[in-house]
Amino acid sequence: MIHLGAVARPASVSKPPTQWDYLADRSFRAAAEGAVWLIVLLLSYLLWSIGAKAWLGMREHGLGFLTSTTWDVGRQQFGILPHIWGTLYSSLLALAIGGFFGVVMAIFLTQDFLPPRMAQVFRLIVELLAAIPSVVYGLWGLFVVIPAMRPVADVLAAHLGFIPFFGTTLSGPGLAPASLVLAIMILPTVAAVSQDALRLVPYKVKEAAYGMGTTRWEAILKVMVPAASTGIFGALVLGFGRALGETMALAMLIGNSNQISLSLFSPANTLAALLALNFPEAGPREVQVLMYAALVLLAITLVVNVAGEAIMSRSARRAGRR
Amino acid sequence: MGKLIVWAMVVGLSVIGPSTAGSQDGLRLTGSGATFPFPLYSSWFKSFSAKQKTVSVDYQGKGSGAGIQDLVNRTVDFAASDAAMTDEDMSKVPGGVQLLPMTGGEIVLAYNLPGNPKNLRLPRDVYAGIFLGKVTKWSDARLKAANPGVNLPDQDITVVRRADSSGTTFVFTSHLSAISEEWKKGPGAGTTVAWPKSDKFVASPKNDGVTATIKQTPGAIGYIEYSFAKFAKVEMAALQNKAGQYVAAGGEGGSAALGSVVLPPNLRAWVSDPEAATAYPIATYTWMMFYKENKDPKKAAALRAMVEYCLTDGQKASAAMGYVPLPENVVAAVRKASASIR
Repeated sequence: MIHLGAVARPASVSKPPTQWDYLADRSFRAAAEGAVWLIVLLLSYLLWSIGAKAWLGMREHGLGFLTSTTWDVGRQQFGILPHIWGTLYSSLLALAIGGFFGVVMAIFLTQDFLPPRMAQVFRLIVELLAAIPSVVYGLWGLFVVIPAMRPVADVLAAHLGFIPFFGTTLSGPGLAPASLVLAIMILPTVAAVSQDALRLVPYKVKEAAYGMGTTRWEAILKVMVPAASTGIFGALVLGFGRALGETMALAMLIGNSNQISLSLFSPANTLAALLALNFPEAGPREVQVLMYAALVLLAITLVVNVAGEAIMSRSARRAGRR
Repeated sequence: MGKLIVWAMVVGLSVIGPSTAGSQDGLRLTGSGATFPFPLYSSWFKSFSAKQKTVSVDYQGKGSGAGIQDLVNRTVDFAASDAAMTDEDMSKVPGGVQLLPMTGGEIVLAYNLPGNPKNLRLPRDVYAGIFLGKVTKWSDARLKAANPGVNLPDQDITVVRRADSSGTTFVFTSHLSAISEEWKKGPGAGTTVAWPKSDKFVASPKNDGVTATIKQTPGAIGYIEYSFAKFAKVEMAALQNKAGQYVAAGGEGGSAALGSVVLPPNLRAWVSDPEAATAYPIATYTWMMFYKENKDPKKAAALRAMVEYCLTDGQKASAAMGYVPLPENVVAAVRKASASIR
């Protein structure tokens, strides 16, 4: 134990908080609390203002809006089932690809596979992906990904066409190129948050695992990853949320065709693309249904996030009980 | 979220900026609306402002629908629209609205085929069939018969359409409704329509998006404004008109089409299927809309001067930029009508 000796002057180290300290503490507390409430208020205001604009559309089209597949402004028939399908399908595909690579990348960059400096460089490069504007991803998809994917898609469709996923040839924009680009777009989010989660697991846990005689992979897959699973799951939920709301790149790549197809190569549509492309020229009646569609998108994202939170807290509780 | 997107689109679309800097005590005219004539209008207004010195004109290309809204809300001095303006919308403006056709445009069917055959001939029933999803192969017998000597591949036809709602789609679908009973009963005419459901129909945003997708997709065909096709150097089809002749876009065919309809007193007419033998089949006017009663007589005079400039010097510039100059009789009619801007 180190003795401070002469340096220690008890009188100056502990003194009762002054009036000013109380005030600063209270006002900071109030400001923080206010900021939290402001977020709640902002979200409710957002819901309320969109809901108010969507109300007429909701009353007119009801729940049939969610199950109908026709979007015909001329005949005033609106349905967003193909958009919901396309939003979920493309986001899930992107999550499967981007999530896998993101987590693997996080393991690679945090579990001593690389010298620390190199890992830092890789980390930076992955994070740079997040800085590329959506439109650039869209153009890249249009001019690079689609032409590169076309021969592969044609071969798959010709030989494995009996599998519904390869049922059609790729005519250009479609679900597969859109999901692939989307996967790259969510990769930095998933990778960065998973890295944080893995780095939060104390190193001594790993050393203890080694001490028990595990191999490196056993230590990573059976000790480190499960210990960080809550954070990794959070990363996936975040990535999925980002994929659901992505707009411009998808509007350029998905083909914007209102149909429901299992085929990866057929064009589809998403809610965000529908909103972005139809608002500028929408008449007052169309705005109501577009607001309704916006509300549905908001609801989907909220449900995904809340479900993610719930699963995480459940798994955390179960981990605590163990 | 929706509102945010709208703002992003508005900011993204509009190129705002005063045409001349040196007119501090001069008049400022603002307009908004159609994006299709935006390149032409901005060049007109730039040279008009330079010539006038005391008047500057700002035009924002936000879309025809937005232009009409702005005019009804009185936030602009004039608006522009590819779809003119309905009587219902015009009745919302006290004092009345003067519609003036200012230029014309042609819509072309651009395609991407191996070997880039030029001016592929498309019979009327065939191109209606392609957009109905009935003609699905480039090697279709009717296409081969219309194009002897052209090597048409046994390839699927990929139809590229507009994903956003647009005046271009309105003009094109009006034409299809005029030539095909099946189209009229099916998708019909509109700024967005319910297209046939097929995995060979894809959609891209804006004229440039459709153009890029056509260029990137072998076997694609799509409808775009002539000026976009011209500058992007994609191949355009020669279309069979009502008289049975094959006419290519970009020549005299556009003027012949516009000249073939007699404009009614309100100057609103659609050229959905021109009869003249030399006419290009898919052409349209695009309009500017003015208040008949302006609060400031100086502003009204400036607007009239602007219209006069567009009708004289302006028309000379349109052909080079890929638009169709107004026929002589239409210029005279518009000049006469512009006197009602007070």
